[in-house]
Amino acid sequence: MTSAPRDREIAVVAFAQTDHRRTSEELSEVEMLMPVLHEVLDRTGLKTADIDFTCSGSSDYLAGRAFSFTLALDGVGAWPPISESHVEMDGAWALYEAWTKLLTGDADTALVYAYGKSSPGSVRDVLTRQLDPYYMAPLWPDSVALAALQAQALIDAGDTDEPVLAAVASRNREAATANAHAQLRGPVPQGDYLVQPLRTGDCPPIGDGAAAVILAAGDRARDLCARPARIRGIDHRIEAHGLGVRDLTDSPSTRLAAERAGVFERPVDTAELHAPFTAQEIVLRKALRLGDGVVVNPSGGALAANPIMAAGLIRIGEAAARIHHGRSDRALAHATSGPCLQQNLVAVLEGELR
Amino acid sequence: MSAVLKAPLVVEFPFTRSLGPVQSAFLTGLRERVILGVKTRDGRTLVPPVEYDPVTAEEIRDLVHVGLTGTVTTWAWNHRPRRGQPLDTPFAWVLVRLDGADTALLHALDAPGPDAVHTGMRVRVRWAGERTGAITDIACFEPYDGEVSTVTVHAGEIDDPVTGIVAAARLDYTYSPGRAQTAYIHALSGRRTVGERCPSCRKVYVPPRGACPTCGVATSEQVEVGPRGTVTTFCIVNIKAKNLDIEVPYVYAHIALDGADLALHGRIGGIPYDEVRMGLRVEPVWTEGSPYPDHYRPTGEPDADYDTYKELL
Ligand SMILES: [Zn+2]
Repeated sequence: MTSAPRDREIAVVAFAQTDHRRTSEELSEVEMLMPVLHEVLDRTGLKTADIDFTCSGSSDYLAGRAFSFTLALDGVGAWPPISESHVEMDGAWALYEAWTKLLTGDADTALVYAYGKSSPGSVRDVLTRQLDPYYMAPLWPDSVALAALQAQALIDAGDTDEPVLAAVASRNREAATANAHAQLRGPVPQGDYLVQPLRTGDCPPIGDGAAAVILAAGDRARDLCARPARIRGIDHRIEAHGLGVRDLTDSPSTRLAAERAGVFERPVDTAELHAPFTAQEIVLRKALRLGDGVVVNPSGGALAANPIMAAGLIRIGEAAARIHHGRSDRALAHATSGPCLQQNLVAVLEGELR
Repeated sequence: MSAVLKAPLVVEFPFTRSLGPVQSAFLTGLRERVILGVKTRDGRTLVPPVEYDPVTAEEIRDLVHVGLTGTVTTWAWNHRPRRGQPLDTPFAWVLVRLDGADTALLHALDAPGPDAVHTGMRVRVRWAGERTGAITDIACFEPYDGEVSTVTVHAGEIDDPVTGIVAAARLDYTYSPGRAQTAYIHALSGRRTVGERCPSCRKVYVPPRGACPTCGVATSEQVEVGPRGTVTTFCIVNIKAKNLDIEVPYVYAHIALDGADLALHGRIGGIPYDEVRMGLRVEPVWTEGSPYPDHYRPTGEPDADYDTYKELL
């Protein structure tokens, strides 16, 4: 059972994010993160001491700084000791952990944050270190190369072509003109092939950024937010790590997570998809059966800003913010991790009907 | 604010990994120029082979030979090969389903250009000249329009199976220390130690990290501390560290600089190691050209009273 029990409703009550930029070299990770933590707390009027559980997502490999996640805790104010946890994954999975913690009744409020500082390293190479260490990592297949294999499989299957991919890129970045935090806003040339069939325009910008959300249970959510984004369901699923075992044109893990999260029970009006590469949006739209009536990535999605480890949490935050502001009643948020959409998390958020 | 400090940072590590029986057989096979797959209970042949069925999770051990030839199932043209990749001239990344296999293997295809590559094309293995029992024993694949290649060696009978691999990993970074530590490092170059005060609890952090870990707020007020300080606690180092030209035994200590609310650490010199004690008053000793104190030595002042540093232990 992965839908929230009726007797303990958990909601996203606040969301904040940095402006995402190619580099934040003048700031350490905690210096980059701290303003976002303050902003998200300010939105609810909560202080660190009011937060029952804190959970974060980040990876030390991005900036090459060992134990950076413990240094980041300086920005939270972890003394006297707080109840805290960390995942070496996108912050969307930290949110999942916080959600389960709130479900147990041990906590009523949770702070979830994530940050990624890709600028100090070469993220295409860094991400090879997450691959199967026996058969894949020794070949150093970079993240764009693996996404390109998936894109070609989709083209071969007749699911897409280069003009369609270019349209995905341009629609996302057009939407990002309304998102002051995005790194790429407005038209970007499709450019040359980076790894054919993917052009630079098909790939996400590389950049630094952070995001945070606050979760609250039951009446507490109503006290902290005029229109809480209630988590109606959330689930995550993973596929085999061998790329050659998978059908790269489909995402059964996304579909299953969506099913378990209750996506297909009623239509959603909005979907925030974590598709760093254009072709992945094609796969996700199919797996999630998103019709033409659904507003997809009003934020511009990961093609407009892709701070690694935070971009998935940002999808949940953006979907929740649409509900907070009355622009959505039922929204889907998706996060991904690993090569070619290997692991997928899907959440359904709802606002009370007005 | 002065310019951002930057320095190259290389993170390099040889990961030594042991192999399960299926991985061992596969990689040993590559060394001997044969390719093995593993059969699942429902009759599929997985290449590269894994220890557990990716669908049912059951242990699978039934090894079978597959062809050295196969078919490309998808590909991507790599215009600019990166460090560590199989070929240093432009090549195609490919997933190849070897003849007799039901799944595909990731590798490189040596081809003259993207126009020479398509899904469904036939390829065969090109072996590396020197093979050690690793996925890189396959140098790459190459276009091939001949017969299905057969295997002549029986991997199960090979002596000296590979039981592990050493995977070298190297990542290059450009390290920037951030605002607070940049200011700290700049001050050190003038032989001054500058911490930052928390606006909330008033504690002075040295070295500053930009945030008060107790209050979770930014520190920004710069406060010069020291140069003198007090040994709050210490240890005696008896083992010589690699690349460190210091005679053992020596003392490494936590030192609370005057005005700081956090102890930093440094070596104590100018006093026999067995005479160092808590409360000892010390001062930094700078050497020409070094960006930080070489060590700390006694000032000759009376020892500090325990109550003055007990909160800093
Ligand atoms: Zn403080």
